[in-house]
Amino acid sequence: MNEVGLDTLVPGEKGVIGRLDTQTPEIRQRLLEMGLTKGTCIEVIRLAPLRDPIEVLLRGYRLSLRRKEAEAVIITKIED
Amino acid sequence: MFRETVDVKVNHIAVVGNPNSGKTALFNALTGLRQKVGNYPGVTVEKKEGRIMLGNGAQAVLLDLPGTYSLTPNSPDEEIAVDVLLGHLDHTPPPAGVIVVVDASNLERNLYLLSQIIDCGLPVVVALNMIDVAQRNGVTIDVRKLSELIGVPVVPTVSTKGIGVPELKAVLAGTLMPSTKPRQWILPEPLQSECSELKHLLLKNHTLTEPQAFHESLRLLCSTAGLSLHSDRYAPEVVEHLRQDHERLARLGVDCLSTVVEARYEWIQRIQEVVLVRRLQSGPTLTDRIDRVLTHRVWGFVIFFGLMTLMFQTIFTWAEVPMHWIGLAFNGVGDFITASMSPGDLRELIVHGAVAGVGAVVTFLPQILFLFFAIGVLEDTGYMARAAFMMDRIMSKVGLHGKSFIPMLSSFACAIPGIMSTRTIENRKDRLVTILVAPLVGCSARLPVYALMIAAFIPQQNVLGFFSLAGLTLVLMYLLGIVAALATAWLFKRTLLKSETPTFIMELPPYKLPSLRSVVLHMWSRSMHFLKQAGTIILGVSIILWFLATYPKQDNASRSEQLRHSFAGQAGHLIEPVIKPLGFDWKIGLGLVGSLLQREIFVSTMGTIYGIENASESSGNRTLVERLQQDIDPVSGRSTYTLLTAICLMVFYVLAMQCLSTFAVVKRETNGWKWPLFQLGYMTALAYSVTFVVYRIGLFFL
Repeated sequence: MNEVGLDTLVPGEKGVIGRLDTQTPEIRQRLLEMGLTKGTCIEVIRLAPLRDPIEVLLRGYRLSLRRKEAEAVIITKIED
Repeated sequence: MFRETVDVKVNHIAVVGNPNSGKTALFNALTGLRQKVGNYPGVTVEKKEGRIMLGNGAQAVLLDLPGTYSLTPNSPDEEIAVDVLLGHLDHTPPPAGVIVVVDASNLERNLYLLSQIIDCGLPVVVALNMIDVAQRNGVTIDVRKLSELIGVPVVPTVSTKGIGVPELKAVLAGTLMPSTKPRQWILPEPLQSECSELKHLLLKNHTLTEPQAFHESLRLLCSTAGLSLHSDRYAPEVVEHLRQDHERLARLGVDCLSTVVEARYEWIQRIQEVVLVRRLQSGPTLTDRIDRVLTHRVWGFVIFFGLMTLMFQTIFTWAEVPMHWIGLAFNGVGDFITASMSPGDLRELIVHGAVAGVGAVVTFLPQILFLFFAIGVLEDTGYMARAAFMMDRIMSKVGLHGKSFIPMLSSFACAIPGIMSTRTIENRKDRLVTILVAPLVGCSARLPVYALMIAAFIPQQNVLGFFSLAGLTLVLMYLLGIVAALATAWLFKRTLLKSETPTFIMELPPYKLPSLRSVVLHMWSRSMHFLKQAGTIILGVSIILWFLATYPKQDNASRSEQLRHSFAGQAGHLIEPVIKPLGFDWKIGLGLVGSLLQREIFVSTMGTIYGIENASESSGNRTLVERLQQDIDPVSGRSTYTLLTAICLMVFYVLAMQCLSTFAVVKRETNGWKWPLFQLGYMTALAYSVTFVVYRIGLFFL
């Protein structure tokens, strides 16, 4: 499968979340509760002016997270 | 703002919801001006309550809880919200009912918190807020159906316009009940059986209701904090069982947390399919179009710094007028008292101690009001989150969060509102680091000191043809402050307050028009809070400083003589050996002691030493400049003050704390004497050592 980190997506690209690959319980919990669960569709909207953090759209709302945190979100890219 | 009546039993109702759900606006709409703002004991989380009249003559106390995304707290604010809801706090009675504010335009994520609250068995009414925004976005919600599915009343509201508020009050007038529906979301095996076993053990050993026990067992099973945290709160039987549970689940490779969260979101999805109709939207949303400009690579920064410049320019120019009035008013009060009381120590104490001290605090008020207004508007529109989004890269380099940027920037005007605005920073250590370094950023009170020194000792010439040396010096001083703040933050984050760079998982709410009412209420309550808290400490200290500058009394001495021989003057002499290595003499020492209250007092103290009455006004300032230039050291016969003295003094003022209002606010915001004392200590040490180095190096060149 073409599993990649969320940070590798460029604005406009979408993916489906597979798993969260982080050893920090707080980050994991926060990401899950903000709705980044398995099977959720997520789209990268834009990058901050200094290219980090990134802005994503999921469950109808916008979230920003750093590249380092986005790395932990393992997704399967959707081509359209 | 309201009287406590003891005879009527008043119900407490908590208002809870996600951040950006319009929760506070709804609270304001329900309570109007009958609000009381305080703090929860032992923490610096704001406690906001208000009395509300219900239709049938009954009353209730509404408690505005900090916004939270879930019942698993991530910040001190969220922790309080959860503790109040679950009745864990001794001083706050468990709520008789809960208003859960749900953002209709962001239903999916908002329902997550609601599902957790319903599971706790709390009596709930849902305020389906921002229903107008949802409709504009092409979303229709079947309110009746939603209420039916979750088993609690649902009232559609638009809190900023007061729509739905009477209906909500009508529901509150009745008795709120826990959800009538059994739990809808399904916990998969083996979690289901583990959870119900643990629940029965909890019910057997502890006094809990069934839903509470369910919530607790889920929390314990999902907890990653390890058992040590819980072992003293629970019966040994429970702890032992929990340990086995964790082992079993780990062996099976079951991740409790993600299973539970996924199960909840699945249920939410099922609800959405039934109650929500979404008309297809074409093209980008308004927020998208705005963001394309406001977070643009070039324009984003241009607009951001433009806005900030405008904000500070406005604060400086607009606040100056009322500040001048306040100064005049306090002078008037002082003159009036001087005229109407017989001369004596008491009169002096009142005029130069109490009135001057209170005046010093109140003069800050216009700046604070303006800054809080501006910050409130930026926050309410949703721009503040974008500012953090843009600045995070820079702030994370020193280990801080994007949200630390605004407090530090605000400190250019005055560190006090800057420090007060750190409350939005979730992580405790980060907030503390930001508070500790904020006063290093060059505030406006330093300007009079810089201006005096530059006018007196910086040569009037241009660099590279068009930069004036004076202006360049000023820029250098501000730069030194910024560099010092960032470097100190970096250092603290690696040593004293060692912690990981905080996560930046932050919602970017849609843009909206600010609610003037909310912004003004917020500004007002914050400012009054500042007056009360900082005012008392500053009043006390200014009386002490007055005493030091007045006693022991000299007969028939001029004010200048009097000051030279006072305790403060003696202190100046006393600290001379200490400040001599910095190139300062006892007169500067006296100025330093005198300006402990506020930096700009340095100028008027120097004026008094040289017998100039109105040193802070331009004519007096010119005289003072001349006197400083002409001061001759009686021993060496050379000028007492030189270019190097001026540079050293400015460097010292960049880095030293020299502001008791800041001290008072830090004491307030950190809930104790430890951090303000530490701050005073480290800043003084930093100022001393850097000035020392500058002086030593300077001696070679100048």
